[in-house]
Amino acid sequence: MGDHHHGPAKGLSRWLFTTNHKDIGTMYLWFSFAMFILGGAFAMIIRAELFQPGMQLVEPAFFNQMTTLHGLIMVFGAIMPSFVGLANWMIPMMIGAPDMALPRMNNWSFWILPPAFLILASTLFMEGGAPAFGWTFYAPLSTTYAPPSVTYFIFSIHVLGLSSIMGSINIIATVMNMRAPGMTYMKMPLFVWTWLITAFLLVAVMPVLAGAVTMMLMDIHFGTSFFSAAGGGDPVLFQHIFWFFGHPEVYIIILPAFGVVSQIIPAFSRKPLFGYASMVYATAAIAFLSFIVWAHHMYTVGMPIAGELFFMYATMLIAVPTGVKVFNWITTMWRGSMTFETPMLFCIGFLVLFTIGGFTGLMLSIAPADFQYHDSYFVVAHFHYVMVAGAVFSMTAAVYYWLPKWCGRMYNETMGKTHFWISFIGFNITFFPQHFVGLAGMPRRIPDYALQFADFNMMSSIGAFIYGASQIMFLYNVIATIVAGKPTSDEKVWDGAEGLEWTVATPAPYHTFETPPAVR
Amino acid sequence: MSEQATTAHEKYYVPEKSSMAVLATIGLIMSTFGAATAMNQATFGDGEPSYTLMYVGLFVFAAVLFSWFRTTIRENIAGLNSAQLKKSYVIGMFWFIFSEVMFFAAFFGALFYVRTLAGPWLAGEGEGGAMNHLLWPGFEFSWPMMQTPQEAVGGVTNQLIANMGTFTSAEKSMAFSEVGAWYQWLPLWNTIILLTSSGTVHIAHEGLLSGNKKRFNLWLGITVALGVVFIGLQILEYYEAYAHYGLTLNSGIYGSTFFMLTGFHGFHVAMGTVMLGIQLIRSLKAGHFTSDDHFGFEASSWYWHFVDVVWVGLFLFVYIL
Repeated sequence: MGDHHHGPAKGLSRWLFTTNHKDIGTMYLWFSFAMFILGGAFAMIIRAELFQPGMQLVEPAFFNQMTTLHGLIMVFGAIMPSFVGLANWMIPMMIGAPDMALPRMNNWSFWILPPAFLILASTLFMEGGAPAFGWTFYAPLSTTYAPPSVTYFIFSIHVLGLSSIMGSINIIATVMNMRAPGMTYMKMPLFVWTWLITAFLLVAVMPVLAGAVTMMLMDIHFGTSFFSAAGGGDPVLFQHIFWFFGHPEVYIIILPAFGVVSQIIPAFSRKPLFGYASMVYATAAIAFLSFIVWAHHMYTVGMPIAGELFFMYATMLIAVPTGVKVFNWITTMWRGSMTFETPMLFCIGFLVLFTIGGFTGLMLSIAPADFQYHDSYFVVAHFHYVMVAGAVFSMTAAVYYWLPKWCGRMYNETMGKTHFWISFIGFNITFFPQHFVGLAGMPRRIPDYALQFADFNMMSSIGAFIYGASQIMFLYNVIATIVAGKPTSDEKVWDGAEGLEWTVATPAPYHTFETPPAVR
Repeated sequence: MSEQATTAHEKYYVPEKSSMAVLATIGLIMSTFGAATAMNQATFGDGEPSYTLMYVGLFVFAAVLFSWFRTTIRENIAGLNSAQLKKSYVIGMFWFIFSEVMFFAAFFGALFYVRTLAGPWLAGEGEGGAMNHLLWPGFEFSWPMMQTPQEAVGGVTNQLIANMGTFTSAEKSMAFSEVGAWYQWLPLWNTIILLTSSGTVHIAHEGLLSGNKKRFNLWLGITVALGVVFIGLQILEYYEAYAHYGLTLNSGIYGSTFFMLTGFHGFHVAMGTVMLGIQLIRSLKAGHFTSDDHFGFEASSWYWHFVDVVWVGLFLFVYIL
């Protein structure tokens, strides 16, 4: 207790016992990168198996475990924690707060994550193998036909849900209660806005996911029949509950990415963000709509026609606020004094590729057309355009953008740009052909395929290896920057950057804004 | 838009480094890993399941939580908590309760879905004709569901699709029509008790606000006692269900929704009773709480009102309608 004008503690205890938002943010970011590598390794196994038709490397059962764990680890282990890490680092600095509102709980939210994923990964070595029912874990695949390791899977979902809920409550309390004098809601940086809305979504839907896995647990071990028609329940009930969580979940992943892009594009266009207020309202509109569109994931499961129509039109509505955002970003760049450093390149890549992913989403929203696309590689291509080119590209942009502020050293720009171009090209070689094989009828989550899909799959696999390898370059660049990057002490690392985080010293001191700054 | 609470040059208390988060993690992971292992041993293994790891983990977890709350209370007494920090706790508690509401929403959603959509479809309504005819011939839907689809086709050996076990419906439901007189119907008494307790906790709060600690202690004590009585009656109801009604977790979707909704609610009542009980002990033994500083009690009372509201939903949709 007492005064805080000192630096971090030494050794391991700094990280284990910390209450500092920057330490915790750093741990989240490194943890999520480790998970990104692990989930990426699983993806490489999937693509290696699909390199040629026929059974190549792994057993079908193991292939299913790979698709399942790849999805779970990328969604819950890589993308979500990476944005929570970014929120931890940046939100207090962006709103002029000394730390997160509840610092000890903040540390706890982080520390329950690694063991939860250790348990999840350890299912690979359990009898009966890891969960093999897809990251969506539909009943009865995840109940009647599940391996015993499903129980560990259920509890790890519980734990990481707890982490998300506590992290979100912390973000809400920080944003609502810790803004510096003069920092009104409508002056907040857009990254803070998108995270506030994301946190609301998380608090609303993570408990629903907890309910879903609890029902699974009861069905498996305690004789209930939530998802069993023999007892009067319904497997489709699982899908409804899961997607009531799952659809807001995809916006939980993409909204902070929108926030990042809304910070970076103005900085390198040297113009304020176009249509700030409309960006805020569009984010809120997307969040609201996310609660009433879930069954568009289930068009083919058997629904009354009125239901199909409702969910189809509600889904199409999302294109409106999303379009507002895309046009605002483009308009921000319009006639700006643009430069193309690595963060900006990743944001422009995001803009182009995310828009493609958005359009394929619009195609999928059309119920009668979806009967053809459902569970095909078209869907895989669609969501990788929004998850990878959307969330991961923007996260990468964020790291390049704020890394100099975090560690006071500049990354290697040439290597950064090379990383972008290899990522961009590798990504498109991987996923663009999957649109075609999907439309031609190749189903997802199957280790073998018909011969006519061979060429495109080989392309996809080559692209995936290129994209995967380029991430090693990213890792190298980040470590090289931290260890031996060119020192910089400019408060404003980027001349066009705006916001409170650029008013503190570089590298950012251990404690910032111990007394709140005044905001005009 | 409302303005923020921060005033210029105010200092927000950021606690020193703390080992509690890591210790709590150890407890949490031990208990969840232990629970998963024990459940798998019971369901898939041969031999007796071992609960040691789970219990040790739960003990560690409870001990850390105790120490965590004690630290927080001591910081408050030491005057470290600014008005702004207290507001953070208020916001945190509010959104925690909201997350609990959403947890119950999942189970209420399941109940509504089964009662209004899935159940009638299984019985052949709408587009479900072929399904009923081919898979569950003879199944008719009613609520409470007194005959599961499995029983309708003549048991597990006659059914065409796999499932997790045998679902034998209850002989009697928990509905009002099953008892002879209104005073024999336990849920009604539980409703009266819980609604009363929401009133008594409010009276206790008023007493505290007016500086009357005696009144506070008395009415808080009554609230805790009502909570204990509620849990006792709930246990009695479960005993009746298993022993005399044939209503168990295996009684198809009626038993599933009944026990999960009332069970999780009962668990939350127990949590709320413990929370209020601790506030009572704090007030009696340590003389905590003044008319303007009593967030520990206030948060617990919000939680109590929340379990009360959930019960009203339960009473309406599980017992009456």
